[in-house]
Amino acid sequence: MSTGTNMTTTTASADTGERTVRKNSPGAARGPRRTGRIRRIGLPYLLLLPALLLELLVHLVPMVIGIVMSFKELTQFYIRDWGTAPWSGFDNYKVSLDFNAPVGDALLHSFLVTVGFTLLSVGLCWLIGTAAAVFMQDTFRGRGLLRALFLVPYALPVYAAVITWVFMFQHDNGLVNHVLHDQLHLTDKPSFWLIGDNSFVALLVVSVWKGWPFAFLIVMAGLQNIPKELYEAAALDGAGMLQQIRRITLPSLRPVNQVLILVLFLWTFNDFNTPYVLFGKAAPEAADLISVHIYQASFVTWNFGTGSAMSVLLLLFLLVVTGVYLLLTSRGRKTADV
Amino acid sequence: MSSTTRAPQPPLTSRTPRSPMAPPRSFLWSRGIFLTLLTVFVLVPVYVMISSSLKPLADVTGKFRWLPSGLTFRPYIDIWSTVPLARYFVNSLIVAGAATICSVIIAVFSAYAVSRYNFRGKRVFTVTVLSTQMFPGILFLLPLFLLYVNIGNATGIALFGSRGGLILTYLTFSLPFSIWMLIGYFDSVPRDLDEAALVDGCGPLGALFRIVVPAAIPGIVAVAVYAFMTAWGEVLFASVMTNDTTRTLAVGLQGYSTLNDVYWNQIMAASLVVSVPVVAGFLLLQRYLVTGLTAGAVK
Repeated sequence: MSTGTNMTTTTASADTGERTVRKNSPGAARGPRRTGRIRRIGLPYLLLLPALLLELLVHLVPMVIGIVMSFKELTQFYIRDWGTAPWSGFDNYKVSLDFNAPVGDALLHSFLVTVGFTLLSVGLCWLIGTAAAVFMQDTFRGRGLLRALFLVPYALPVYAAVITWVFMFQHDNGLVNHVLHDQLHLTDKPSFWLIGDNSFVALLVVSVWKGWPFAFLIVMAGLQNIPKELYEAAALDGAGMLQQIRRITLPSLRPVNQVLILVLFLWTFNDFNTPYVLFGKAAPEAADLISVHIYQASFVTWNFGTGSAMSVLLLLFLLVVTGVYLLLTSRGRKTADV
Repeated sequence: MSSTTRAPQPPLTSRTPRSPMAPPRSFLWSRGIFLTLLTVFVLVPVYVMISSSLKPLADVTGKFRWLPSGLTFRPYIDIWSTVPLARYFVNSLIVAGAATICSVIIAVFSAYAVSRYNFRGKRVFTVTVLSTQMFPGILFLLPLFLLYVNIGNATGIALFGSRGGLILTYLTFSLPFSIWMLIGYFDSVPRDLDEAALVDGCGPLGALFRIVVPAAIPGIVAVAVYAFMTAWGEVLFASVMTNDTTRTLAVGLQGYSTLNDVYWNQIMAASLVVSVPVVAGFLLLQRYLVTGLTAGAVK
């Protein structure tokens, strides 16, 4: 493939540097392997090969096929042999983006619902997770037990957790109506949670319940990397608890938060499992998340062409958001690797 | 509910590593209130799941009751016959187990290559692999579905509807995060260690398995837990890519709600049974997950 000299300058110089050290003192060697040159260069690629092949098969090739499919008129008649489906140019995109026609209008609505849902869910998950992690930074009796408890929603399989919430949200025999209506008398009559406008609230509650422990876990791990001396020095200087949190904890967590919020955003935006188990195949309009919407548009109507066009539009949107986000959050910081 | 929901005790000053001064009283109060509310929020569904699974059917069809009118283990017996739960369970075990083993092995090789070698395309590889996390599952569900069907038609290898296809799919789901986390973890294992092994005559693979892997066990365990949980809980691909014989728990459990009578006590019992393996495993190993994250992902 390539030789040492073809590599980046830093690599090459590091390589030769190591080689010199090794020649001089074999005992303290930090140098390259004894094996032949070709094997040495080929080995990393060989090690990466399984991962590369699988990513190609399951992610990259299907993505290319998906983009090709979005330019085809791919209905159920062509599924067995999708290559023979006629080309349709940008028709699928025109249908998806024509916001005056029913298909485009429904897609736009679903997109806006998803954006609102994602912002709320990510914000709440981050807030609760960070607060819990900061509150549990000091040791106190029962901390280990509490930490294990808090991780249970994250550890539960999505469907098992969401099915439990479905039961709790039942109109006649659910816990939520029992507490809100029968015990606290907050509502005039039992509400419907899984249909109508309330379904958005139900979805948000379930999503936050499932999602915040991940933020908690990551922030907790991030907190362990903050040197204790910083807090001690601040305390000696007379900084109070709140000031310590504001001046030390939060700034130190910035790099962790940069990745955490992005990951939470992408996972929540693309989440299919929660709405699918909560509402079944037909999501109520108020909680019509984009993944389920596209799933519907593809597998219920068997119109894969339009479904693919919608997926590609979704990917483009996520690419732009991720790019802008990384640009904005990385400004002024040197980010060698993201 | 239980003694664990009590407001946590104030820290012992001698054991507080964070500040030489004791935290102010207002901080302790807000901490107590916040953590108590959060515990209730977290535990209520867990309590509903456990208590409802022990209720007779009448208790779950009528108004919700906090306490069961009587305890019964009947739901735990009935779940196995109402739907073929045992078969779903075995399918899930095979799929998640195989996906985890393959994913961890592949991630170890990749992370070792990225952590220890400089080669052309390294950055392209890490960025590409990580960016697959960004793809909406729905984007490659349709093409993958067609790809598997067409591979099946062309070569006779049944990927669509088989466990093999699902294993292949799931292992790539956990791969990016696993590689990313292990790179960080391997980086924290001193290079001198495996280079000493190389000098002693180990091959690169010998150094990997004798030095780097044993030193990175917490990270590897964390990655394995993550991979297993990912495969055990996935719904979208399982709903499209399985048939009656290969159906996993994720889809099978929904079979209960399509029955004429909704046996909520059985559904809760089944949910509990399918959750126990992962939750128990996770809680036993969460210590490693936190250390793994601290050393790897969060740096």
